[in-house]
Amino acid sequence: MPVISFVALRVLRIVPIAFGVVTIIFLIFKAVPGDQATLMVGATATQAEIDAMRVRLGLDRPILEQYVSHMFGLVQGDFGWSSTFRGNPLPYILARLPATLALMLSAIALTIVIGVPAGVVAAVHHDRWIDHLLTGFVVALLAVPNFWLGLMLVAVLAVQMGWLPSHGFEGPASLIMPTLALAARLIALVARMTRGVMLEELRKDYVRTARAKGLEGRTIVVRHVLRNAMIPTVTVIGLQMGYLLGGSTVVERIFAWPGVGDLLLNAIGMRDYTLVQGIVVVYVAGFMLINLVVEGLYLLINPRLRHA
Amino acid sequence: MNVATEPVLAVQGLTTGFDTARGRLVAVNDLSFSLARGETLAIVGESGCGKSVAALSIMRLLETPPALILGGTIRFAGRDLAQADEATMSGLRGAKLSMIFQEPMTALNPSMKVGLQIAEPLMRHRGLTREAALARAVEMLDLVRIPEAARRAEDYPHRMSGGMRQRVMIAMALACEPDLLIADEPTTALDVTIQAQVLEILRALQARMGAAVILITHDLGVVAEVADRVVVMYAGHKVEEADVASLFARPRHPYTHGLMRSVPRVNAPGRASGGRVRLPEIAGIVPALDQRPPGCPFVPRCPLASARCAEMPPLAEHSPGHWAACWHSDAVGQAAGAGHA
Repeated sequence: MPVISFVALRVLRIVPIAFGVVTIIFLIFKAVPGDQATLMVGATATQAEIDAMRVRLGLDRPILEQYVSHMFGLVQGDFGWSSTFRGNPLPYILARLPATLALMLSAIALTIVIGVPAGVVAAVHHDRWIDHLLTGFVVALLAVPNFWLGLMLVAVLAVQMGWLPSHGFEGPASLIMPTLALAARLIALVARMTRGVMLEELRKDYVRTARAKGLEGRTIVVRHVLRNAMIPTVTVIGLQMGYLLGGSTVVERIFAWPGVGDLLLNAIGMRDYTLVQGIVVVYVAGFMLINLVVEGLYLLINPRLRHA
Repeated sequence: MNVATEPVLAVQGLTTGFDTARGRLVAVNDLSFSLARGETLAIVGESGCGKSVAALSIMRLLETPPALILGGTIRFAGRDLAQADEATMSGLRGAKLSMIFQEPMTALNPSMKVGLQIAEPLMRHRGLTREAALARAVEMLDLVRIPEAARRAEDYPHRMSGGMRQRVMIAMALACEPDLLIADEPTTALDVTIQAQVLEILRALQARMGAAVILITHDLGVVAEVADRVVVMYAGHKVEEADVASLFARPRHPYTHGLMRSVPRVNAPGRASGGRVRLPEIAGIVPALDQRPPGCPFVPRCPLASARCAEMPPLAEHSPGHWAACWHSDAVGQAAGAGHA
């Protein structure tokens, strides 16, 4: 029962937050200097064409009226008039979403599969050579920007070795390099975080209690320490979702990945404000949904929250 | 020595130190004592006197490095624990040799149900299945008088009070019916009324299972209530040992005497007239590990100290079973402590 009300409360809390965020996005786009209609029709257009565009975009109406119709439109799935798609861009954004989601999910999966065990191993072998080696890797990965790593991966694995496709989406193998480029930094962050938290947990009293029961090292780590160490680690992964969204934009461009990030960069290049705004709204919705999932995971891992 | 009187535990010359940046510091110095089956031995002293380090040395739960056992033997279950490897120790811990800790709020794993935490040693040492061990865990919770044991076994530690958690710790430590239980300040973190309950449960289970108990405490009230014999430690040394009656009747070391004087009493002289009486205390603190004087370590705080105390006094037997390490043990409680002993 408390679990259900916990979830319901958080779902309800999303509504006012979403409302506020969408309002702020609207105001930011209104504050952008220059006339949207002029930018969209191009430099060679006549005044009549510009005026027609203003009417089409609703820019001739008072700002409050624009805001109200914008909000009503969003609720009904109408994101406005995009010059790229000559109409409502939402279906096109949603069509690109699976590619971006696939990239993000595989990056998270790789992070969990590599980052968490690396942190655990480093902590368990604290201050020995394997710890120093892993910590060295972590520092190196944190220092490397993802666009540089992406370009190097393309240069070596695709161009020189010819092992992997360099761009586009041609089956699962295409996912490997973009995933590596996107996940590298997150793997390093999570490994470092996990190591620190594990070191802290390993010093706690309950570990000594577990030893006093006769449990052995591996059992203590797996059965007792890991779960407690995962609580802050899940937080870090959740907080890094924003980074993944931003990072995926760059990585998608490098690998010509047919995702939302690639569409976003195109939209900026085309001065398609409606499309940019629509993508930002979709990102915000996605981010809030991810936060909801992360909070659900807390409940699963940390029993102390269930009765709070 | 025949089987009946052979001690459960015999510690001989135990010396434990820590390697630090300031060199090697000795926390437990040449400690010897033994413990018969079913007996309760209290180890008494202020914080920093080495009693917890001694207990953790016996359990071999000290981190090495920096801690290491520098000398002595710990005879238990036919072995010398001072020389035992980790595999041997983990086979003994929780099975024949158990420990409960001071802080019941942090000693349990916050993200594991208490039933499973009690069941773990049974699965590890008795080879019980998870189901059988969990069923036994509920019985143990019942034994430590936790109401609705079956439902409580499904709770996480944060749902329990300090006293309940300490009872869970006792249930866990005694699940495999060990020969020796070390209780390190088991009631210090608890309310006075809860303290009495927990001690009573501990005593009842000890009687039922026949375990020997080492009770580490600084609370002489607890000692008087539950101990058979007492070892008084100061700055890593055993300074006095006696059965509980003769220790309280006539302490032979000025440190023991000071500890007794500093216990508040309702009928203290001066109280009857409604006046406030300042509680006698032992001036000063236990010297840090790297600041211990040569000779008797109690000299800086001792009312009886003399030139002779620059030499470490040996343990001498004053009456059968009553040992003390003090050159002036005959004078203890005679002059300075008049009206109290």
